[in-house]
Amino acid sequence: MTDAALPIAPPRTGPTAWLRTNLFGSWRNTLISLGSFALLVWAVPPLLDWFLFESRWGDTPPAECRKAAGACWAFVHEKHRLILFGRYPFAEQWRPLVGMAILLGLIGASCYRPFWRRWLLAVWAVGIAVMAVLMWGGVFGLRFVETTLWGGLPLTFLLTTVGVGAAFPLGVVLALGRRSKLPIIRAVSIGYIELVRGVPLVSLLFMASFMFPLFMPSGVQINALIRAQVAIILFAGAYLAEVVRGGLQAVPRGQIEAAAALGMGYWLTMRKIVLPQAIRLVIPGIVNSFISTFKDTSLVAIVSLSDLMLSTRQAIADPLWRPFFVEGYVFIGAIYLVFCFLMSRYSQHLEVQLNTGRRR
Amino acid sequence: MPFWSNPAVRGGVYQVTVLAGVFALGAYLIDNTLDNLAARSIRSGFGFMAREAGFELGESLIPYEPSDSYARAYLAGFVNTMKVSFAGIVLCSILGLFVGIARLSKNWLVARLASFYVETLRNIPILLQLFFWYALIIEVLPPSLDAINLGPGVFLSKSGLLFPLPLYDPAHAWVGLAFLVGIPAAVFYGHWAKQRQNATGQQLPRLLPTVGLVLGPAIIVFLILGAPLTFEVPVFQRFRFVGGGELTPEFLALWLGLSIYTSAFVAEVVRAGILAVDWGQNEAAGALGLRRGLVLRLVVLPQALRVIIPPTTNQYLNLAKNSSLAVAVGYPDLTSVTNTSLNQTGQAVECIAVMMAVYLTLSLLISAGMNIYNRVVAIPDRR
Repeated sequence: MTDAALPIAPPRTGPTAWLRTNLFGSWRNTLISLGSFALLVWAVPPLLDWFLFESRWGDTPPAECRKAAGACWAFVHEKHRLILFGRYPFAEQWRPLVGMAILLGLIGASCYRPFWRRWLLAVWAVGIAVMAVLMWGGVFGLRFVETTLWGGLPLTFLLTTVGVGAAFPLGVVLALGRRSKLPIIRAVSIGYIELVRGVPLVSLLFMASFMFPLFMPSGVQINALIRAQVAIILFAGAYLAEVVRGGLQAVPRGQIEAAAALGMGYWLTMRKIVLPQAIRLVIPGIVNSFISTFKDTSLVAIVSLSDLMLSTRQAIADPLWRPFFVEGYVFIGAIYLVFCFLMSRYSQHLEVQLNTGRRR
Repeated sequence: MPFWSNPAVRGGVYQVTVLAGVFALGAYLIDNTLDNLAARSIRSGFGFMAREAGFELGESLIPYEPSDSYARAYLAGFVNTMKVSFAGIVLCSILGLFVGIARLSKNWLVARLASFYVETLRNIPILLQLFFWYALIIEVLPPSLDAINLGPGVFLSKSGLLFPLPLYDPAHAWVGLAFLVGIPAAVFYGHWAKQRQNATGQQLPRLLPTVGLVLGPAIIVFLILGAPLTFEVPVFQRFRFVGGGELTPEFLALWLGLSIYTSAFVAEVVRAGILAVDWGQNEAAGALGLRRGLVLRLVVLPQALRVIIPPTTNQYLNLAKNSSLAVAVGYPDLTSVTNTSLNQTGQAVECIAVMMAVYLTLSLLISAGMNIYNRVVAIPDRR
């Protein structure tokens, strides 16, 4: 064999090489690339036209919006206060806005690992208290606002954070119960977890709105918001229990045996040895639970709590703006999407950092 | 050592306390409920199930009239839940498999598109997606008069998707029977071919005979009986379409919404499953001289499926539970029937209990099946 018979090796770097390996490696690959490209050419320009070039912004009246070929972002402009804050008194809407900012700040701060200290819990407690004062009012010269008027994005965030926050201890207790050696405690925990995980959230919300009033002694009334919040906590608790159980199972037996050899009792072993390791392992799972709870809170719209979902439906119900439902849904879809996407990216980042995922 | 330090004593005390707590809570709630029911003069018990329901259902697979009982309405709702869940599971599996494989494609563009699909759809609440699809169907599509003609006899409009339906002919029963005979024949052939290969090393063709055995008898019977096949085509008469099969806008919205949302999760499961098979398995199979198709079928897929099937079942279960959001678009599923019934009768406890019991039974049955499956396919010599 002579050297001349060898073909010249294609370049391995540079844009041409990149195109060759990633898009046009073989005839089949080329065909697929061209097909996808055709799909993009077919779909993207009309979408961009609708979204941007032909759309109406600012103060356009609805009649003029109807004539436009593109989206009517004027609808979102006109209704953004209703969509974001629901029926909260218009003049007081800075209060939920500040409250939400505090909540988001807390969530952001909690994502920063050096802040994972005991004092963060205290900061959270103070933050939630400030938000409650802001939302409810009735003190410091703030007007009292009933919970039935709460709505929009602050309500969605409140239901999620309080939901996951309160569900976490419940989940830990249930997970410990499920791993317990005591048969009755194990049976009660398994029964609860499987019961809740086996039914849809809607049925728990129905239960909260129709059955909780019957459960209370006569004369005691609990408002709809708290009932829905309880349903979310009970639901998220069962799912968190399974997440935590995963962590408990991953803690090596030797750790528990070593603790026992040192004479530590069950509670001390769990508090000082097992739980810190287990929870560290499942933090990404907890963040994922947070994301699903955030999405699930939209279901409270079904039992008529005006969270982000229902307040948008109320905005669309205006006959003048009815044709522009797509804009409304796209707007809140983007809110959900951005938040969930950031959180899931954070969870993936943590998984790598904490090295809990399998490295390959 | 004092007796209260004895773990057995402590365990007993804990258990008795928990049990007493659970019973006390239950008794308290039941007592309150009975008081409240008495105060509102609502009769308790499941007697109402036999009474006349009196409400319409938008659609039902089983015959249902408003004069039927609540029990019948619940059954119709349950059948509707099963219908949309089943259709959703089929569609989400196909979409999910396709997108999951596309995400692993070596083609950059395809992989990007697939991950855009997954990241967008799984990060937007399912309820929002359902509202979106439903609004799109009933607001944007043309009225029945100007229905979009998608193909011969297929019309899409505000009032749903209409398509031709084959008319039943007595000969179809025989065709079905022939089809049922074909399946065991194909299974038997598969076993025989495998034994033959084990005994003699000779490989027999598998795919063609299997397809032929399953479909062949049915096709032959169909042709012998004179190929009796006529379609009932939907026709626009006066104000609406008459005849043919129909998918209502509610069903379409729910079906599409559930399938597309769940497919994003299934795609992730499929991707993880394929990645979970060690690349060395591929290379080893190649070194043994297996062709690419055989490597996939005999080496990669059996291992990937072990990883894929349990979480996929979970996603199916989620889909079935999410179908309860039918109540938001007005599809008459179990939850919608429950909602209407409890508003009419006021018997919230019973209505919700029935609904929960049905969903719970479904979930437990599926997870029991899953556990059995896991035991069967588990690789025995794993740690």
